[in-house]
This record gives sequence, structure tokens and C-alpha cells, in this order.
Amino acid sequence: MSAAIFPAPGTAAPAVPLPPPSSFFKRFCRNRTAMISAIILLLIVLTAIFAPYLAPHDPARSSLRNILKPPSAMYLLGSDDLGRDVLSRLIFASRLSLVASVQAVAIALALGLPLGLISGYAGGWADTVIMRCNDALMSFPALILAVVIVGLLGPSLTNAMTAIGLVYAPRIMRVVRGSTLSVREEVYIRAARALGCGDARIIAYHVLPNVTGPLVVQATVLMGQALLAEAGLSFLGLGTQPPQASWGAMLGTAFPYMAQSPVPTIASGLVISVTVLCFNLIGDGIRDSVGRMRRSGD
Amino acid sequence: MAEPLLELRDLTVQFPSPNGWLTVVDKVSFSVGRNDIVCVVGESGSGKSVTMQAAVGLVQPKGGRVTGGSVRFDGKELVGMSNRDLNRVRGDEIGFIFQEPMSSLNPAYTVGEQIAEVVRRHRGASRADAWKRAVEMLDRVHIASAASRAREYPHQFSGGMRQRVMIAMAVACDPKLLIADEPSTALDVTIQARILELLRELQRESGMSVLFITHDLGVVADIARRVVVMYGAQVVESASADELFARPRHPYTAGLLAAMPQVALERGQDPVAIPGTVAQAHAWPGGCRFNPRCVYRQEGACTTVPVPLEPVAPGQDALVRCALAASLSDTLREAVAA
Repeated sequence: MSAAIFPAPGTAAPAVPLPPPSSFFKRFCRNRTAMISAIILLLIVLTAIFAPYLAPHDPARSSLRNILKPPSAMYLLGSDDLGRDVLSRLIFASRLSLVASVQAVAIALALGLPLGLISGYAGGWADTVIMRCNDALMSFPALILAVVIVGLLGPSLTNAMTAIGLVYAPRIMRVVRGSTLSVREEVYIRAARALGCGDARIIAYHVLPNVTGPLVVQATVLMGQALLAEAGLSFLGLGTQPPQASWGAMLGTAFPYMAQSPVPTIASGLVISVTVLCFNLIGDGIRDSVGRMRRSGD
Repeated sequence: MAEPLLELRDLTVQFPSPNGWLTVVDKVSFSVGRNDIVCVVGESGSGKSVTMQAAVGLVQPKGGRVTGGSVRFDGKELVGMSNRDLNRVRGDEIGFIFQEPMSSLNPAYTVGEQIAEVVRRHRGASRADAWKRAVEMLDRVHIASAASRAREYPHQFSGGMRQRVMIAMAVACDPKLLIADEPSTALDVTIQARILELLRELQRESGMSVLFITHDLGVVADIARRVVVMYGAQVVESASADELFARPRHPYTAGLLAAMPQVALERGQDPVAIPGTVAQAHAWPGGCRFNPRCVYRQEGACTTVPVPLEPVAPGQDALVRCALAASLSDTLREAVAA
């Protein structure tokens, strides 16, 4: 594994210097699975952005004469129980699903990153308090906690994703704390202090860039999980509310009619699986490429 | 001499241990004049590094505490100074170089950025000016094609080059004092000599003072004007370098000299190791802390009461902490004479 992770630029003589940014992309591009995943994900994102131009039909217009139709030239993936075009709805649903995942991960990052940095850097009682709260939060099954929060706040996609973000924050926090703990002991942190950096500056300028590797990996993987969680909650009717559609909500509405018309169920399930898989594979790819390049000897 | 640039007086530092607080720096006093090069010498565990870190307030983050004494730097008292104020002194008026060049640079930034950061932080320079200064500093520490190498990352530099970068960072703001904590120890001998040469050159050009922490007397002989010898958390001898090498007053100093291959070779003998191991902070021997390892030990005088640090003769500025200093003077001189 390591032979592929550390290609020539890192180990070669310093006479041919390559700045790490380009070598990171080089290594990532060489990782074929991750590259293909990234391309697929990019296509999905583009689809979401240009949904109005790509969708063959209005995703909300129902046609009661065309309920649960099998795929045809008019409805490429058939129609749903209200006679709406499944393909158009999938295309528009990608917006909601992706934004929902981003929202959840953003909340998880907003909570987990600063707390993880403080916890790892400060240590002592701050660390103890933060980590025990963390443990408490982590001991809840993610979806159950989300269901409870949505139950309290009322079903809506924003509430659902806030809940998911809250549930995922401890995972970010753990990763950040762990990396911070090891970075904190590095000599360059001591050197930074000796050269007049305050704690805030050391955290922001010296620690943060050195924990981004594992952080990005974790965030990418969480994107996939958040998508799945959104699908789960929407499937249960706790997330996206009609008439809006997310992939999970579509799966939920199509599922009861699976016997009559399997295509919408399979299509939305497939889209979810592929997207989640892409996120995970990209996460793996980044993890393999981002490893700090260091020459072992001198 | 006018007021010294740095004056430590009775500096005492403690670190926590399972058996309570251990005193790892015990009433250490010495001073560094302007335009001076002072070496602090001692074995590992003698407290020399901690002394200097305590002086600039770097032991608190590691759990230590300064329990007494004062550190005056250029008219300012550093002990008890707020961290915010200390941060203004560190890196600006006092530069610091660490022992481990391989890991004292942040792998996430180019070396130019790291030097520029120090300049921007302390001098409020613009991005462009700071970068210009960074390149200039790299050039001053003799890194070839500085402008392009400034854009490279630490992993693209060798150990010796990284130490040069560290030095460039430490002196980028023209500090009045450069504290170098074993800057050449992790490097091989030829590189070591070049780093020392560089430090001496920078010192000559800028007139800053250098406080050099080392366990290598060869380095001391090379660079120091004054020497402070530490043993067991205390200063045991302090004298000018010439004086110290010609006439060591403390048996420990004489032992260190006799253990130097260079000195031994001159006399056509094998280097002589000092018997025993360094005394530990949790178990200082009574009386003189060096007495269990000392070949001149006398029961009573050396083993009962703590020995004070005193001038070798009235009016002299060389100091020694040895109960038998007066009587051993000639013996020790002969012991290291070529």
C-alpha cells in the first residue's frame, strides 16, 4: 500500500521539488476508484445545479391518468403513485439530498472542530468535560437520537439535519482531538511558542492545518452517512415533507407500491447507494493521498 | 560592565512528580552581557535546558512552575510577566533555536511562509515585505537560491538546512538575544561545525548576544566567551572560557575536560569518563551534589552542608561551588594540563 501512497516526488532527491498540493492531486488522480467516484459525484452535483434544465417534466405536476406507469419514452423511469415523473423528481431531489448532507456535516464541523481543537490542545478539565459529553452523545444510536430531536422540534428537513449534525459532531470531535493531541507535542508547536505565538494563533495557524488530513477524510465519509441518515429519516416521514422530494422521501413513497411498480423504488435506492459509495470511496482516496509527506531518514 | 542584557538571579523551577514537586533548577544565577557569547554546559538532566525555557516562560505549558528568582532582560522582568507580553518578547527580542531541526518546522507551510509569519507578527510588516525579509534571511544563513527555496516545504530540506531555516526564523527580527538549545547536537560533525560558524558570523554582524546550551565542551571551546557549568540543577562553576579550559576550579569541570577526546589526545592519554551517573532531582545527595562521583571527596566538608557558589578569589568574577576549591586549585590544573 505504502508504495503507491508515497510516489516518487516525496522520496526523490530535493533537486526536483514538487510542492505538496500538486503531489496530493497527482496521487489522488492516480487512485482510479477515487477518481471515478469523484467524477460520478461531480456529475450528480452538476445535475443538482442544472436540475431545471435537465428534468424532462415538472417534478411536482401530477397526472392522475398516468399513475404508476412503467418506464416509457415519456416517463423514462416511470411515474409514481400521483402520476409524477420519477426521473424529474430524482433530478430535483438531488438538490435537497445533497444540501441536506452538506448542512448536517457543516453543523457537525461547526460543533466538532472547535471543541475537538480545544479539547485536544487544552487538555485537563476542559478535555475531560468535553469528552464525557462526547461519550454521552456517542452512546446514543444516531438515528434514534435524531428521531427524538425531530419528535421534539417537529418534522422538517432542517430539523432532521440539525439533529444528524448534532449526532455526528462527536465523531468529528474525536478525530480532531486525536490529531490535535499528537500535533500538540510536535517540536514546531514548541518552536512557535518560543517565537511568540499565543495559544489562539498556535491553534489556528499551526495545529489546524496539520489536522485537516484526517478531518477531510472523516467529513467526506460523514457526507455519505448523512445522506443515508437523511434518506432514513425521510423514509420514515420525519425529514423532507411533501410536496418536496429527497431521495429518501421518494424511496419512502415508492416503497408501498413496489409490487405494482418496482422501478421508482429501485431507482431511488440505487441513486442513494451510488452517491454514498462515491462519498466513501472519495474519502478513502483522500485518506490515501493526504498522508503528510515526510522523508523518513535525512 | 553596564547592566547585563540578561540576568538570572536565583531562578528556581519545579516540575510535578509522583512524589511531589521536584526542584529541577535550583537558584541558578548568571548573566549574559551585550555582544556576548555564553555557553551553559552540563550533562543531560542537569537542568540547563529547563533553565532557559523557564527564563522565557516556556515551562508552564509543560506543567512546570517557576517558584522563585528573577529574570531581567533588557530592563524588563520576565518572571511573572503575562503571556501576552512574553509573546511580544519571544521571537522578537529573544530568538530561540531548538535541538531537533527535523521536527521544529511546521510541515504544513513553506519555509518562507514560516519565516515571514514571525516578521509579520512582530513587525507588522506587509505580506510582501515579510516575504522579502524571509528570502533575505534565508540568504543570510547561506541557503543557495534562497528565493526559490523559500517556496519549498520543510521535508524538502536536509537536517542541516532545516537548522539554518530555524536560525533564520530565530534571528529574522534582529533579536538582542539568541538562545540556542543544543542547536548542533542532532547534526553530524561537519554540518555542526558549519552551523557554529554561521552562528558566530551572525553574532559578529549583528552584535546580538548568544546563549548557547550544550553538553559538548568541544563546541564550547569553539564558540564561548564565558561558560556556565551546571550540575544537579545548580551552577557549579562559571568563568571565562579561556580561564575555564586553562584552570578548571571544580572537579566536575575538570572531569568533563578529561573526558574530552581532544584534550586527552593532546596529552597522549585515553579520555577518562566521570564515574557514576548524574544525580537525580528526587534524590540529591547531601552536601555537594557531585560528591558521590567526585574523586577528591572528603567526608564531612563535602557531604554534610550545601556548598555555596563563591568567587574563586576575592574580586574575581569566576565562581565555583566546591568546598575544597582553594586546596584543589593546583591539582585540577595539572590534571587537565597538556
